[in-house]
Amino acid sequence: MTAQRTIIAGASAAGWLTAEALRRHQYQGEIVLIGDEPSYERPPLSKQVLSGDWHADRTALFSTERQDKIGAKLLLGRASALDVGQRTIKVEHGETIAFDHAVIATGVRPRTLPGTDVKGFHVLRTIGDALALREKMSRQGDIIIFGAGFIGMEVAATARRLGIGAIVIDPVFEPLRLRLGAAVASRLYARHRAEGVEFRFGLSLAAISTRAGEDGAPRLKAVSLSDGSVLATEVALVAIGCQPNVEWLSGSGLTIDDGVGCDDFCMAAEGIWAAGDVARWRHRGFGVDMRIEHRTNAAEQGDTVARNIMGQAKPYLPVPFFWSDQFDIRLQVAGRVLEDAEARVEHGDIDGSSFVVSYRADGRLSGVVGWNAGKAVTEFRRELLAQLSPQT
Amino acid sequence: MKIKVDREKCVSSGQCAAFAPEFFDQGDEDGVVVLLHDSPAPELRHKARQAADLCPARAIAVEDEPLDHEPS
Repeated sequence: MTAQRTIIAGASAAGWLTAEALRRHQYQGEIVLIGDEPSYERPPLSKQVLSGDWHADRTALFSTERQDKIGAKLLLGRASALDVGQRTIKVEHGETIAFDHAVIATGVRPRTLPGTDVKGFHVLRTIGDALALREKMSRQGDIIIFGAGFIGMEVAATARRLGIGAIVIDPVFEPLRLRLGAAVASRLYARHRAEGVEFRFGLSLAAISTRAGEDGAPRLKAVSLSDGSVLATEVALVAIGCQPNVEWLSGSGLTIDDGVGCDDFCMAAEGIWAAGDVARWRHRGFGVDMRIEHRTNAAEQGDTVARNIMGQAKPYLPVPFFWSDQFDIRLQVAGRVLEDAEARVEHGDIDGSSFVVSYRADGRLSGVVGWNAGKAVTEFRRELLAQLSPQT
Repeated sequence: MKIKVDREKCVSSGQCAAFAPEFFDQGDEDGVVVLLHDSPAPELRHKARQAADLCPARAIAVEDEPLDHEPS
């Protein structure tokens, strides 16, 4: 057998975890990762790193020893083109490399709002983003957060813990109702209000006022909202979701539609795969196309892609799972909270310190939300996993 | 092969307990990982390795095991 080469475009969690899984599944060929920054965990960025509880070093994905053991070659840079016919990937300002298998793991980047490219406006995706926001938050008073989703809410909770005021703006009323169900979401927003977070729902950013900074560049001074109100602030965060990094694949012939389109096996074309936040694949168990931006998905999808590179022909059938820490609350969500699902409190009391709410559609469990109920959630996850296992 | 867990790093995701209940459980209250036993039989080593690699907090270490070991 001739030596094989797998190129993984993207060296964050999904890329590295795919490399690790390839070795776990006895891949003997060469692994080349292309990435433009060291790998680290993103979940702590909006929490422990932003609060200052953790030094940035603690977010490393692997120890150096562990990373060395994987035996992958890391090329610093970005993949800039993929040639499906020639089976090559070009590195920006660099060489063109041939592959037997390619894994697209280029992730996502934050969406922004028009006109927010001024100092004082932040996004939160990279460790650099987290450290920059932390410095500004600790020095410049209240923060205005656009987006009342998970990142916005985690940042609001962290700000309050640091004694910093937080005003959260979202055009949608309590948007996490769609992700957590109305009752749990309503309790979460109420808790934030009790901790001093202010919400302005039904509003959006209308205009930005700036002043000249010390270096002459414009700096944020105030934001105007769609109802005409003006909020003075030196620091604002845009946390309105992310978009896939797929521009480098334009003209490749791959299906690009809110991510890299893949089949049930996470295959985009023969020998070309996608994993992590950027991958849109057909979930055979749910009968829908999905793209999941969760840390657990990076590991599980990387594992499936590695298995399929090894010829296991394994459809990717995960139970989506994520968690969010806000104040002393650890939320966990497994499966899907479907719009027409029936909610049922399974453990504890929805006004208590710990509870689980299950969601059932046509009598069948579709998802579960836990509030400080780690172990109880896992029991429901096993039921959800069993629904999707090929034996049943 | 020895399994080690770091209860400080654990985020109570339950990935380990969901995928490898032979080795891992969770605390009733906090959901933090509880290691049931640390020396997997040879036929279960790959499963232990997999659970370690799926942990979203990288709170599980499997030691003395080359990465390319997999019974097939």
